[in-house]
Amino acid sequence: MRFFHSFFLTVLLLSPAASYAVDDPKELLPNPQQEQEAEQIGQQLRCLVCQNESIEESSAPLARDLRKIVRQQLTQGRQKSDILAWMSHRYGNFIQLKPVFNSETALLWLMPFLALGSACALSYRLWFKRPMQARSLQDTALKKD
Amino acid sequence: MTLTRRHILAALPLTGAAALGLGFQHILSSMKTGQFDPRAIRTSGEAVPQFPPLSPLPGLKGTIEGIECTSLTQQNKPILLNFWASWCIPCVTELPLLSALAPSLTLWGIAYKDRPERASAFLTRNGQPFERVGQDKDGTAAIEWGVTGVPESILILPGGHVVWHHRAALTHEVITHDLLPLLRPFL
Repeated sequence: MRFFHSFFLTVLLLSPAASYAVDDPKELLPNPQQEQEAEQIGQQLRCLVCQNESIEESSAPLARDLRKIVRQQLTQGRQKSDILAWMSHRYGNFIQLKPVFNSETALLWLMPFLALGSACALSYRLWFKRPMQARSLQDTALKKD
Repeated sequence: MTLTRRHILAALPLTGAAALGLGFQHILSSMKTGQFDPRAIRTSGEAVPQFPPLSPLPGLKGTIEGIECTSLTQQNKPILLNFWASWCIPCVTELPLLSALAPSLTLWGIAYKDRPERASAFLTRNGQPFERVGQDKDGTAAIEWGVTGVPESILILPGGHVVWHHRAALTHEVITHDLLPLLRPFL
């Protein structure tokens, strides 16, 4: 029994986490490489009428329409960046699940580096400055003797 | 107790966390009052998008024209473009507000993903405030406009400048606070 439990759990964990809401197999592009690219683009586009789902995961009609457009444009030979720009132009930057880097999002993107930098500076001060201070105090104490 | 450097250092992360909390609180409260909308798209007088011409909705009283890009940009009065559908419940409650606006503002309607006979029956039953009504049967024009659903309203100023995009049903508050101030120079 335990074996079966762990077996199913392993299978569950190993199976790909993302499930796609392609309602109709006709939606898929015949070229598997292009289809994979379309899925990658779709995963970066927010379904605007859902709660934090990508258009690739959602079965909302708008997500289906946008999936269709991504595939249409890919077969027309357009690049990923062109398609993302096309979407942002119409629906705003909010449609991109990964925020673009601009003046509004600079703090968001730079925060990890700022935090890491200030943490390093702080720890440097705490670890290297204090023993020196202590030593100098000791020195003065010795001199007094 | 004297304030030492250690106290200041210990207070730093706390003040940082407090500042972050205040920031989040500010964002959330302004989202509630409608001052900040992360979904808002910049509508600062951009040009009307290129959308496929929309054929007029048949079955309405009088001669109703369809909606094309050129007819929208050639207007010398502001136009409120309203996406609606007969299957949309908020559209039913929005229609009386549109009818009240109609004498002072030109309204053009777009029937979104709707059957023509149902769409025209909807307007005949609930009131017809639109000067023109186009059909967007498959929703491609809606995507060009950045519309996510119905009802949505877009204000276009003379020359084809998009200045306002409201992604919900119109209410009295929205009309008085957001729409009318934009229309003041034209009334």
